[in-house]
Amino acid sequence: MVKSAAPKHSHFDTIQGRRRALNIINWVLLAAGSLLVLSPLWWMIITSVKTMQEVMTYPPTLWPDSWNWSNYIRTWEAAPFDLYTINTLTITILVVIGNVFVNSFIAYGFAKVPFKGRNALFAVVLSTMMIPGFVTLIPQYVLFAKLQWLNTYFPLVVPAFFGSAFNIFLLRQFYMTIPDELIEAAKMEGASHFWIWWKIGLPLTKPALATVAIFSFNGAWNDFLGPLLYVNDENLYTLQLGLQVFKGQMSTQWNYLMAGSLLVLLPVILLFFFFQKYFIQGINLQSGGK
Amino acid sequence: MTGRKRFNYKTKEGLQGYIFILPWIIGFIVFTAGPLLFSFAASFTNYNITSQMDFIGLKNYEKLFADDQLFWTSLYNTLYYVAFSVPITTVGAILLSALLNRDIPGMRFFRTIYYLPAVLSGVGVYLLWMQLLEPGTGLVNTVLAWFGIAGPNWLFDPAWAKPALIFMKLWSVGGGMLLYLASMQGISKSLYEAAEIDGANAWQQFIRITIPMITPVIFFDIVTSLIGGFQIFQEAYVMSNGEGGPVNSLLFYNLYMWKKAFEAFDMGYAMAMSWILFIIVFVLTIINLKLAPRWVHYEGGGK
Repeated sequence: MVKSAAPKHSHFDTIQGRRRALNIINWVLLAAGSLLVLSPLWWMIITSVKTMQEVMTYPPTLWPDSWNWSNYIRTWEAAPFDLYTINTLTITILVVIGNVFVNSFIAYGFAKVPFKGRNALFAVVLSTMMIPGFVTLIPQYVLFAKLQWLNTYFPLVVPAFFGSAFNIFLLRQFYMTIPDELIEAAKMEGASHFWIWWKIGLPLTKPALATVAIFSFNGAWNDFLGPLLYVNDENLYTLQLGLQVFKGQMSTQWNYLMAGSLLVLLPVILLFFFFQKYFIQGINLQSGGK
Repeated sequence: MTGRKRFNYKTKEGLQGYIFILPWIIGFIVFTAGPLLFSFAASFTNYNITSQMDFIGLKNYEKLFADDQLFWTSLYNTLYYVAFSVPITTVGAILLSALLNRDIPGMRFFRTIYYLPAVLSGVGVYLLWMQLLEPGTGLVNTVLAWFGIAGPNWLFDPAWAKPALIFMKLWSVGGGMLLYLASMQGISKSLYEAAEIDGANAWQQFIRITIPMITPVIFFDIVTSLIGGFQIFQEAYVMSNGEGGPVNSLLFYNLYMWKKAFEAFDMGYAMAMSWILFIIVFVLTIINLKLAPRWVHYEGGGK
C-alpha cells in the first residue's frame, strides 16, 4: 500500500479506523454465529452421554452431571451395528471406485478427445442434472425388479459404474485446466488416448479425483433412500437404515439415539477435518463452471 | 501428412472419443432415457408392476387435478418449502460469505466451522434435529425460553412443522457460502479501494460491487436449489416416520409420490405425478434462464 501524498494521509487514516471497527464487529458476529452453528453438535455429544433421567430434566443441563460413555457400548450392542458398518462400507467402497474411474474416463473423452457431436452430447449430460430424481426412480425400480435385483446391492452399486453428470462435469472442468500441448506431445509419440488417460490423465487429476472420491463417499455413506427402497433383508441393512429402525425401537431414548447418530456421522466428520481442502476444491470447480 | 492419412487419424480419434463416453451413453440409455420413456408411457396406464398395464388415457392426470386432495396438499407443502427455503438460504449464504470474506484473524477456523454442517446429512442429522426441536427439553426451545419466548411444538404442530425443516436447512447454509466465497475472492481488490476513496461505506460497497459481481453464482445457486428444493424427501420421511407429519403438514410431493408408487403400488398414477413435477421444475428453470440476462452480470460481456 502506498502512503505517499501528505494531504490524503488523514483521509486514509479514517478509512483505516473505520476498517478496523468493521473488522471487530465482523469478528464478533462470526464468533457468536459459530457458537450457534456448533451448539447442535455439542448438544448431540452431551445428550449421548447423559442418563435418560438427566435427558428428561427441565431445564436441560448444558454440562452433563455424569459422562456415561458406556451409553456408546450399549448403543452399539443394541443393534447389529457392526454388520451394518460392514454392509455400508462394502457399498461405499464399490461406489467410490466406480465413480472415480468411470467418471474420470468419461470426462477425459469430453475434455480432450475431439469427436463429432461432443458439445451436443455434453449438453445432454448437463441437462440430465435437471431431471428430478423421482421421475427416473420409479421406472428404475421397475427395471431392477424385472432383473431380480431387489434385495441385493446391485441397484445401489451398478449405476455408479456408468457415470454421473455432476462428477463428469466436475472432472471435465479440471481436465480443461491441463494444457493440450501435453496431450499433443504424447500423441506425437504415438500414444493412444487410452494410454494417455491412464498414464497422464489420472495422475494429473489426482486432486480432483480425491474430491470426487470424498463426495461419493459422503453420498453413498449417507444414502437413505436407495437402501430404503431396494433392501428389505435385515442382514443387508446399511447404517442409515439401521439407524432408522433403531429409532423405532428406542422411541425417545434420546441418549442412545444421539450416541448412534454420532457414531454414524463420525466417519464423515473425520473425513471432513482431514480432507477439507478437497471439499473446498470441489466447490471451487463448481463455481468456476457456472 | 497427406490428407487421407489425416482423415484416418481423425476418424480413429473420433472412435476413441466414443469409447471414452460409452459408459455414459449406456448409462444414459438404461438409467435415464429408457426409464423416462417408460414412465411417460406408463403414466397413461393403470400399471401396478405385477399384473395390469391397461391404457387409460388421461385418467391419472384427471384424477390428480380433479379429485385428489392430497395431491394439492403435497404440492402446496412443497411450494411452501421452496418459496421460503430458497430465498432464506440464498440470502443467508450471501451474508455469511460477505462476513467471511475479510482478512481478519481466525477466518480459516470460522470457514471450517460454518461449512461443517453442510457435509453432514442422513438419518443421524435428522435424529439430531428431532431432539433439538423436542418441544419440552430440546435445545431450541430451551434457548428461546432464555429470552422469555415459549417455543412452538415444532414437528408436532402443523403450523410449525415446515418452518422446522427450513430452520434445519438453514443450519447447513455453509455449503452455499463456500460457493459465494470462492466467487467473492475473485473480485478485484482495486474496485473496493476505489470505492473506499470515494467514500462508499461497507454496505454500499456490498450492494454496488459485491452483489453484481457474484450474480452468476446467485443464479447458479437459485437454479440448483430450486430443483433440489422440489425434491425434498428424506428429512420428511425420517422425521415423520414415513407418515407425512401432523395433518399431512410434512406430506411433500415426493413423499406422496413414494407412498403411491411403493406402498400402494399405484405406479401409473405415481409416474403421472412425477411428470407433473418434471414439468413444473422444467418450466421454472426455463423462466430462470429467460430472466437471467436481466440481472445476471457476466464480466467481459455475455457468455
